[in-house]
Amino acid sequence: MSKKHNKLEAKNLNAYYGDFHALKNINIAMDEKNVTAFIGPSGCGKSTFLRTLNRMNDYIEGFRVEGDILLDGRDIYAKDVRVDELRKEVGMVFQKPNPFPKSIFENVVYGLKIQGIKKKSILEEAAEQSLRQAALWEEVKDKLDKSALALSGGQQQRLCIARALAISPSVLLMDEPASALDPISTAKIEELIYELKNDYTIVIVTHNMQQAGRVSDYTAFFYMGELVEYNKTKSMFTSPKNERTQNYITGRFG
Amino acid sequence: MTNSELNRLKDKAFQVFGIFCTFIGLVVLAIFLIDIVVEGAKRLDWDFLTSLPSRRASKAGIMTAWVGTLWILVLTTLIALPLGVAAGVYLEEYGKKGRWANFLEINIANLAGVPSIIYGLLGLEIFVRQMRLGSSLLAGALTLSLLILPIIIVTTREAIKAVPRSIRDGSYALGASKWQTVWNQVLPASFGSILTGIILALSRAVGETAPLIVIGALAYVPFTPSSPLDEFTVLPIQIFNWTSRPQEAFLTNAAAAIIVLLLLTFLLNGIAVYLRNRQQRKVKW
Amino acid sequence: MWLGKTTMPGLLKINSTLRVTEKIIEGLLWLSALITILVTIGIIWVLLSESIGFFKEVSIVEFLTEKEWTPLFANKKFGIMPLVAGTLLTTLIAIAVALPIGLTIAIYLNEYAHARMKQIVKPMLEVLATIPTVVYGFFALTVVTPFLQQFIPGLAGFNALSAGIVMGIMIIPMISSLSEDAISSVPRSLREAAYGMGSTRLQTSFGVMVPAASSGIIVSVILAISRAVGETMIVAVAAGQQPRLTMNPLVPIETITTYIVQVSMGDVPQGSLEYKTIFAAGITLFVFTFALNNLSFWIKKKYQEKYD
Repeated sequence: MSKKHNKLEAKNLNAYYGDFHALKNINIAMDEKNVTAFIGPSGCGKSTFLRTLNRMNDYIEGFRVEGDILLDGRDIYAKDVRVDELRKEVGMVFQKPNPFPKSIFENVVYGLKIQGIKKKSILEEAAEQSLRQAALWEEVKDKLDKSALALSGGQQQRLCIARALAISPSVLLMDEPASALDPISTAKIEELIYELKNDYTIVIVTHNMQQAGRVSDYTAFFYMGELVEYNKTKSMFTSPKNERTQNYITGRFG
Repeated sequence: MTNSELNRLKDKAFQVFGIFCTFIGLVVLAIFLIDIVVEGAKRLDWDFLTSLPSRRASKAGIMTAWVGTLWILVLTTLIALPLGVAAGVYLEEYGKKGRWANFLEINIANLAGVPSIIYGLLGLEIFVRQMRLGSSLLAGALTLSLLILPIIIVTTREAIKAVPRSIRDGSYALGASKWQTVWNQVLPASFGSILTGIILALSRAVGETAPLIVIGALAYVPFTPSSPLDEFTVLPIQIFNWTSRPQEAFLTNAAAAIIVLLLLTFLLNGIAVYLRNRQQRKVKW
Repeated sequence: MWLGKTTMPGLLKINSTLRVTEKIIEGLLWLSALITILVTIGIIWVLLSESIGFFKEVSIVEFLTEKEWTPLFANKKFGIMPLVAGTLLTTLIAIAVALPIGLTIAIYLNEYAHARMKQIVKPMLEVLATIPTVVYGFFALTVVTPFLQQFIPGLAGFNALSAGIVMGIMIIPMISSLSEDAISSVPRSLREAAYGMGSTRLQTSFGVMVPAASSGIIVSVILAISRAVGETMIVAVAAGQQPRLTMNPLVPIETITTYIVQVSMGDVPQGSLEYKTIFAAGITLFVFTFALNNLSFWIKKKYQEKYD
């Protein structure tokens, strides 16, 4: 098996909300077609970091970044990078399912339509393929024109995953994707993540330690804006090197 | 009587007074509507709706007036709707917070408080004279559009503000640009509320009299307008004209015309309330 | 795509046109917002440029101190005071009607009425604000004046009293709903503290709620005054067209707005001094409402700071 290459890399990354120093000198490299989990107590910077990876924080006033984030070796904060093109490469799934108040079909093909793709046959094929990948096809194939808001929470979240997959990104960012869901839906999402890592590089933020252990290959522990420890998930959970990591994993704080 | 008994008595008395005040306005409104209907119904018939104005009260009708009102309604919508919604979108989605945004906001609040007759003076000078539109439908519609612009902008902003952040995030995350997000997600999601606001603003425009008098809309127009550059009259002006005449018969005409005007106003408001209620019953975010 | 590697041919081209469209659209939206500024500039420019012509022929001192306003007569006098007096008189009557009733409604709906009743009554009251003002004028002239004449023998056919009362009815919902919003935004804890000490609803209302909401109530009254000052059709129909420096509500008067309507209805040639008088009257009106509106914004801003 060939060695996996660095898909995403942060070098000396610092981020600020106004005067608040949210991320402190982060250095990390994530391999392609792996699942990397970000863990840490709330306010530790894990979500902020995730959102710098597709520049979602650009819209927040007073937010700024120093340092580099490299996607396939290129700085995504460079001047000539189009943010909308970047996001077609780096998809995102949010904490709470946020389907658009439109039909299921329209939700899935939205990303393609705004790229100017109008041909019905292409859209239909893309919709079926993405919904299958998101393990939702069988449940919704007969009601594609029904409102997405009528789906259950778990189905909505899988729809949001299908929506992100439809524009064929290579990276998928997931911000606590199961935190608003019941245990059965959560299990489905986790299974799905396991399937998807064959084709995608996945970064997932989670507050749930067991979940990180179940789904990820690598885990990064953040604390107070710093990346404390980053290692293979198995090693991290069995023999954390840093005391703070150990305290967090064993549930002594957080 | 003890002190606390006295207090309780005062409390009860105020409650009665409160009920009285709450209903006095409504009772007056009811008396008024009944008076109008009784007075106007005598005159309101098909002939009245289809006759041209006349110097004889019994022959005069409101054909030119209601056609003029409909023209004004349509033209004002065509002008004020795109302008107001566009300005609202700019202020809410594009404009950066800061001094400039604050200034725009205060300016719009001020415009909303400018008396309608002042808009008439503005329209008279700019549209009627400088742009040489004369006392035409177009000049009238432009004047009324500026008058209701602040209302439309404010309702648009509020409607857009109510669209949750997560919808925008979802769209941006799929690579949509700002305008694509606004056009495909934000505007459709807030359309119902925007529409409600626009209809309320139009119902205000339909009842406006003073600015149209100032720009020179006439009380006596012997033909129905057929183009936006024609002279015109509207229902409120016709009512004003008839009300200012000493003969009793013209007051009856005015009452009949008021019935038509009120039906139109209530219809517009009714549609707006219906839309608002339907909007509120829709799925919550 | 973001690195220039293209999975779909032609995509980059589409996107570059998209980018230009995006900029054009933003420009158009910006222009629409800019129009609001142009409207303000337009209003001020129109009022100023025409009234400067007026003040070249009539001194400001005469305008402010002369006690008669007779620009349309042979013996022309240009004192704005009678029109201002007429405007203030009708406004005063309107507020005297609307403030006690509107405030009582606000308190009643907040402290006494059931939530359900509030839900029904509020929109019904707002109907009052949707009726065109010319219709209120008709009402004042043909119903209220004859009715009042039964009790007040000296009441003229056109008078400030009827017009003011009807205007007051019209602005009730303005005061009641804005005041009601102000009262209901008073923190719950304050009200509960008052009830906790055994206050009646009346004592709680006037002892705690109204003082706590006073700035919001004042804002509602100022906006109502501004509205009444600029109101045109009610006074044009029912208050008369006789500029008169008086506070007697029983006789015909003329307001600033009515004067503008009166001239607009006639055949005054453009460019004449008479024509310019309506802009001089207009700028007077504008100064009043502008000051009132900004006073209310200022109070509102201070008030928000207090509660945030």
